[in-house]
Amino acid sequence: MKVTEIAEILNAQIVCETESDSLEVDSAFASDMMSDVLAYVNDRSVLLTGLLNVQAIRTAEMMDMPCVVLVRGKTPTGEMIELAKERGIVLITTELRMYEACGRLFAKGLPARRDSK
Amino acid sequence: MSELLNFHFVVDGTNFTAAGNASGQLKKNLRQLNLAPETIRRASIAMYEGEINMVIHAGGGEADVNITEKEIEIILTDNGPGISDISKAMQEGYSTAPENIRSLGFGAGMGLPNMKRYSDQMTIESELGKGTKITMKINI
Repeated sequence: MKVTEIAEILNAQIVCETESDSLEVDSAFASDMMSDVLAYVNDRSVLLTGLLNVQAIRTAEMMDMPCVVLVRGKTPTGEMIELAKERGIVLITTELRMYEACGRLFAKGLPARRDSK
Repeated sequence: MSELLNFHFVVDGTNFTAAGNASGQLKKNLRQLNLAPETIRRASIAMYEGEINMVIHAGGGEADVNITEKEIEIILTDNGPGISDISKAMQEGYSTAPENIRSLGFGAGMGLPNMKRYSDQMTIESELGKGTKITMKINI
């Protein structure tokens, strides 16, 4: 699924874009606990999180995750935006809560894992 | 075997926001070496968890990364309190991190298990009151 499509489904605002708007992800992972993201994600996932600090972006960077979605209408900090820009990570923010954001993406066919389609 | 490259990083223990800077830099360096993306990913994650651990538990520390043709070796050294029970610390979900760390997205007791998961070999040397040295090797 394209990152632009994700933003559309989540009625989300793109805070920080990369040059290639055709970025795609295979799956989604949702957690506020970054250690769990680091433990379980093993493909090109979008990260949905309510964690509002720079470590959410760092984690995505380490995991090669191309996109971070902030749920519950959180506004990213300047540090988050700066790091996302620097590392080419798309940062988007949605008013939806975690449950609905995940539900919408899942209903549109974005799986929990690439191989579970 | 000859060492091809070495990197040294100082991990600032006073600033949680800066935790991960060294790992980010390492990842950049590894990318320039044209290593396989999965190798870079594993080394970066292992280093990142180690860096976070040093900030949470040890007031910072140092990281030395030695890269040869065969492997990436990451050595994390700190002068923190040491680990009193290493086998417990290796259990998923066991954490001695303070509660406020959890609100920052860490402290779930996954740090050391993740470091082991993403490295091919990991050894921990720790002495109470003196510090901890963790050596991780990732095959190339």
